[in-house]
Amino acid sequence: MGWKLSPIQQRRLRNFRANRRGYWSLWVFLVLFGLSLCAELIANDKPLMLSYKGDLYFPVVQTLPEETFGGFLPTEADYRDPYIREEIERNGWILWPPIPFSYDTINYNLDVPSPAPPSAVNWLGTDDQGRDVAARVIYGFRISVLFGLILTLISCVVGIAAGALQGYYGGKVDLLGQRFIEIWSGLPVLYLLIILSSIVQPNFWWLLGIMVLFSWMGLVDVVRAEFLRARNFEYVKAARALGLGNRQIMFRHILPNAMVATLTFLPFILTGAITGLTSLDFLGFGLPPGSPSLGELIAQGKANLQAPWLGLSAFVSLALLLTLLVFVGEAVRDAFDPRKH
Amino acid sequence: MTDLLTVSNLSIAFDDADPVVRSVSFSVDTGETVALVGESGSGKSVSALSILRLLDARHARYPSGQIRFRGEDLLAVPEKRLRQVRGQDISMIFQEPMTSLNPLHTIERQIGEILAVHRGMRPAQARARTLELLTLVGIPDPESRLGSYPHQLSGGQKQRVMIAMALANEPDLLIADEPTTALDVTVQKQVLELLGELRQRLNMAVLLITHDLSIVRRYADRVVVMEQGEVVEQARTETLFQSPAHPYTRKLLDAEPPESPPPAPQAPEPLLEVRGLDVRFPLKKSLFGKVLRDVHAVQNVSFTLGRGETLGIVGESGSGKTTIGHALLKLIGSTGDFALGGETLSGLNQARFRPYRRRLQMVFQDPFGSLSPRMSVGEIVREGLDVHAPGERDGHEQQVIQALSDVGLDPAIRHRYPHEFSGGQRQRIAIARALVLQPDVIVLDEPTSALDRTVQKQVIELLRSLQARYGLSYIFISHDLAVVRALSHRLLVLQHGRMVEYGDAVEVFRAPRQAYTRELLGAALFYQDTSGPTTTN
Repeated sequence: MGWKLSPIQQRRLRNFRANRRGYWSLWVFLVLFGLSLCAELIANDKPLMLSYKGDLYFPVVQTLPEETFGGFLPTEADYRDPYIREEIERNGWILWPPIPFSYDTINYNLDVPSPAPPSAVNWLGTDDQGRDVAARVIYGFRISVLFGLILTLISCVVGIAAGALQGYYGGKVDLLGQRFIEIWSGLPVLYLLIILSSIVQPNFWWLLGIMVLFSWMGLVDVVRAEFLRARNFEYVKAARALGLGNRQIMFRHILPNAMVATLTFLPFILTGAITGLTSLDFLGFGLPPGSPSLGELIAQGKANLQAPWLGLSAFVSLALLLTLLVFVGEAVRDAFDPRKH
Repeated sequence: MTDLLTVSNLSIAFDDADPVVRSVSFSVDTGETVALVGESGSGKSVSALSILRLLDARHARYPSGQIRFRGEDLLAVPEKRLRQVRGQDISMIFQEPMTSLNPLHTIERQIGEILAVHRGMRPAQARARTLELLTLVGIPDPESRLGSYPHQLSGGQKQRVMIAMALANEPDLLIADEPTTALDVTVQKQVLELLGELRQRLNMAVLLITHDLSIVRRYADRVVVMEQGEVVEQARTETLFQSPAHPYTRKLLDAEPPESPPPAPQAPEPLLEVRGLDVRFPLKKSLFGKVLRDVHAVQNVSFTLGRGETLGIVGESGSGKTTIGHALLKLIGSTGDFALGGETLSGLNQARFRPYRRRLQMVFQDPFGSLSPRMSVGEIVREGLDVHAPGERDGHEQQVIQALSDVGLDPAIRHRYPHEFSGGQRQRIAIARALVLQPDVIVLDEPTSALDRTVQKQVIELLRSLQARYGLSYIFISHDLAVVRALSHRLLVLQHGRMVEYGDAVEVFRAPRQAYTRELLGAALFYQDTSGPTTTN
């Protein structure tokens, strides 16, 4: 028997499509995210492809020492170095990505002191260290979305598990779990992060870990309520009468009910996670210095009000990302709304 | 007598769908009781709601027809005029007394509101009138009930309050939409008698909507039978019961379950023995888990069930009959001993009890709630097999097919989902799910109470034939004594968790020993030996 959408799922899909704004937002978001996953091919300081003395090279995926191109050093070639570049172009050709800068490439050939305004070379200008803003936005977008997605996924798994156990077993488990969550949610996350950043240099995974510690509680209440309700359903009793174990009952019979609430919340948790990372970066407690990040770009915009392209680029990209996700979230909510047919 | 209400050529449709009610015509005379009878989905409730235009105006359409109340077409009048009619000239009582009263308002306020709206009464006047009404509908000690909230009243009392509200302005027509379906039999009788008596006293017309022909016979002057949105027959009650013209009416009349169980096996070996079963639900616990207050839901119940036999457990709601079923399947905790085929099961924990679940199965009351909506029929029926015989998956498909054809369903439906089936078909699926494990005992918890009479009869026939074929033992839990009588060899009567009477079913029905049993039987079988409506007293 093949996998087939049940009529109720078909109706939900129809409702989702009927919200055209959300439907298109999802596509736009998916395309942008897909492009940002290939950021190395769009914005990079290494050529996509080059031909040198009749041989083809792919520096994007290959690490080639400078000696290959008639240089002296055994280290990786710097393709932006005019000497190497001329050498290669004399003996072949170079295919550059549309933006010939990576997020940490410093453009030393600026006509004006950095931050430089938008130009034909740096489409969105450079930041105060001479790095290309367009490249940083693309990489920053990717890291934000990836962070958000991973955080959302882990929070969901932990939150659903906690909510399911509390709702299904009720009684003492529920009582203790709820009290624990009340205390835990009272902990000041920001201070913990500040203290942490004075002990270790927080990287992507450290931040993720700390955020997960506090973000899983969002879903617990809905899932718990759903399990509390569903454990008294007759088909759950029927399953117990058949001899199914607790785990099978939870997974097969109750969890599908809770998934509706979870899916509805998902896009909003995602936006929350992205905003969380951005604000930490803005405050300087986020990703290590030099990483591409939208929050850090906003902070630069704030420090360099004379260079409005910094703040504007960050604002537009962040606003676009969050708006798309909120629209998708609205469409998902419509899709699961039982009153809509 | 003049026509009070005339419904002519009425059709009702929702949104763009085909009409659910087609060209319905009937009339109600002053002081007359007309019963609108039909199975679920026949359009009887929709027709009744449309009289006061209570259907959701955004979806309901009336492609044709008129509803004339004293000559005025209610479908054409503006909303403002309609509000004057509602509650003043035509009142309505609904099926579910639990939810038709606002839980946050006292009884005095709920009844007083109607008096204030339609008559502009001041609180003191309204209070006096409310007392009068409560006395009229027979609420004991009405003075002290004024300040009560709905949850402090029993189901029957709530329905009486609903009637009091409906009668507050002495309407000319009372529409009663299944007024007693949610009530116990003894309460049902009281409420119906009350309605009949009030009708006489206030010379009010009653439009009684019901699926239960037995009550129609006693209370209605005329009967309108509806099938799938159309009126198939209307006649005076005596005429209809003596010589039904339409085959559908005959089918409805014929749907009374048989009056005696199939022959019992001779000297059956005892299969399930229960001694001193006790169930308590804790209400309040101390900090250290000591139970301070509890409800003694089942007290010292003992019985023996033989192989191939059926034990009927009857009682009113709250008597603990469902609790016994759940305790036997260890869905809730209990004390006392019970043994299946000589093996003591009462002390086992969940894990050690699990293998026995195969032999002890259950069918639940609500066929819409007991099937997981996200699993196909095949998956639902097979699930138990996967638990109890995980090694032999190849044979499962064959067993599922066998079980489905045993319960009279086409095995091809196993790829479809529960929502595609009617209540009766769903209950068959639920029975197949229990049957596929080849159990010794099936606990049937009100398996027919959510079904229409005609479907009920089919399910009873099915249960009887399965018992004959496989030698199954049933524990049949029900409040419907007519159904219990058709199946049970032994009968256990419960009241407030205690065994009132236990013995051979035929004997108990013929000569009940306890007063409570007599009262219960009297109320349940009250309507069967009357002919024609009461027009006296």
